[in-house]
Amino acid sequence: MWLWGLMTASRRRPGELESRHASIDLAELAHATSLECAPDQLRGRCVLVLTRDPLTAGLALIELDGLARRIVLWPPDLGREHLPAVMDMAGVDAWVTDGGGGDAAGEHEEGGTGAAFAGGSAAAESGTVEAVVRPSLIPLRGDRRVSHETEWVLLTSGTTGEPKLVLHTLATLTSAVRRQPVPAGPGALQTGPVVWGTFYDIRRYGGLQIFLRAMLSGSLVLPKPSEAAPDYLTRAAAAGVTHISGTPSHWRRALMSGAAAAIAPRYVRLSGEIADQAILDGLRAVYPAAAVAHAFATTEAGVAFEVGDGLAGFPSALIGSRREGDVELRVEEETLRVRSPGNALRYLGDGVPPIRGEDGFVDTGDRVKLEEGRYHFVGRRGGVVNVGGLKVHPEEVEAVINDHPWVRMSLVRPRRNPITGAVVAADVVLAEVAPPGRSEAAPVGRAEVMSAGLAIDTAAAARCGERPPDDVLRREIIEHCRRRLAPHKVPAMIRFVPALEVSGSGKLLRREG
Amino acid sequence: MSVRSTIASLFEEVAREQGRTLAPLSDDLELFDSGLDSLSFAIIVARLEDSLGVDPFNAAEAVEFPVTFADFVRLYERHAG
Repeated sequence: MWLWGLMTASRRRPGELESRHASIDLAELAHATSLECAPDQLRGRCVLVLTRDPLTAGLALIELDGLARRIVLWPPDLGREHLPAVMDMAGVDAWVTDGGGGDAAGEHEEGGTGAAFAGGSAAAESGTVEAVVRPSLIPLRGDRRVSHETEWVLLTSGTTGEPKLVLHTLATLTSAVRRQPVPAGPGALQTGPVVWGTFYDIRRYGGLQIFLRAMLSGSLVLPKPSEAAPDYLTRAAAAGVTHISGTPSHWRRALMSGAAAAIAPRYVRLSGEIADQAILDGLRAVYPAAAVAHAFATTEAGVAFEVGDGLAGFPSALIGSRREGDVELRVEEETLRVRSPGNALRYLGDGVPPIRGEDGFVDTGDRVKLEEGRYHFVGRRGGVVNVGGLKVHPEEVEAVINDHPWVRMSLVRPRRNPITGAVVAADVVLAEVAPPGRSEAAPVGRAEVMSAGLAIDTAAAARCGERPPDDVLRREIIEHCRRRLAPHKVPAMIRFVPALEVSGSGKLLRREG
Repeated sequence: MSVRSTIASLFEEVAREQGRTLAPLSDDLELFDSGLDSLSFAIIVARLEDSLGVDPFNAAEAVEFPVTFADFVRLYERHAG
């Protein structure tokens, strides 16, 4: 099985891949290429796909599947400091970049993707192949025959902030897609070309599912990195999008903009977060003719189910039975477990835990509760916060907060939020007196960015032993986090508390749900 | 402080925190054009729940999602009052 083969099965003509700046007729890939190197240079290699533009990433995926031994897909917002570890764990010996051109040019603070490889010359000496992918096609020279059952590696966030490398194949990734690329529903009765849209980036599991569905069934209109939902919808409308997916947070944003009415989709899909009744009702009101479905999937477990009855949660009948596509669900210790051909194979790296338990089920870590015949999601085990579809591990944020000289300890927890599902909240125990030595070590030493003024104020106060007022400290801790964490990981709320509960074994007690 | 001025000062506070340029807050300013992103709105709604004691988005009855600044203020005035 290979991607181009699935795209052209039964003499099907592939559709188009469109971004803000370019539109590629994928059928031309039969005789053309987006890569500025001969296929044989990448054959059998472990290729890191690190592009700014999701369009070039998509083109590279189509061309590399069947050719590369392994593809590693770099997500758009992962810090470049993780590059060496990821390359090492995955055994990367080639990379494809787009030189920072295309859709994302000049929109991010970091340098171009080429510049991302600080050790570029060292890597070149070690025989790593560098290739460039362009958002345009040139005649194909060379041989692109299929030679490998390519492995696909997706990156997800881990507890410490280090990414985890999740190993899939095209077979596991498309197990839900191949069964039915275009979902059934009221919209299925309408005919005409299928044009997919998604608010997701295609370099994460949810977006990749839509990319693969689109490749097997029609065209795809890609969002540009960090494009606001309303802007994207305006483009999607112009392209005649018929099937579209996003998180509940994306959709709430779309509904708040008034731009939602610009499109008239046949199918609307929500996933990546808990879909509550308000957003399901809101979408049904705006898109009365569309099938509105919410799906549950994780990078490790794959797609578990899709529910199309317009109600939040999922029917308890889905649990226990082996369903279409051999997907089995189970609830154990309150969390949802999934066994299916869509499960990832394993994590890459040394000393990593197995993805599946001994019974072959993947524990999603998502906690569910049975109420009147339906299961509802009630949060994640371990206090993991889901902010608009992006996971935040409390330990990573706590470590940063605790590094502030006036903080003794902290507990990071999810706080329910109607816009992004949840935001990060922190309970912080302050020190009575700033511990000696730390006042100089923390903010002043790292005062590389803007709030140096604030940091110095506190450090000065710390030396005098006086604690700044709560409001000042709250602002300062937030600023301290902003300098070191992605925006969605920065606490939205900080509460100062006299103490935190600690278990007998000395661990912070995390209350679930 | 009125509901409106509480909301306006939170818009400014969060915009500053998030390093975003806030458009002048007039009644007909569309929230989408305000310069704030989803995360900013999420933070504003969370802090308003603390300061005003209500979260109109979580109310039992269906919520009309606000489109303009005035819609947003009205939504809170209705629930806070």
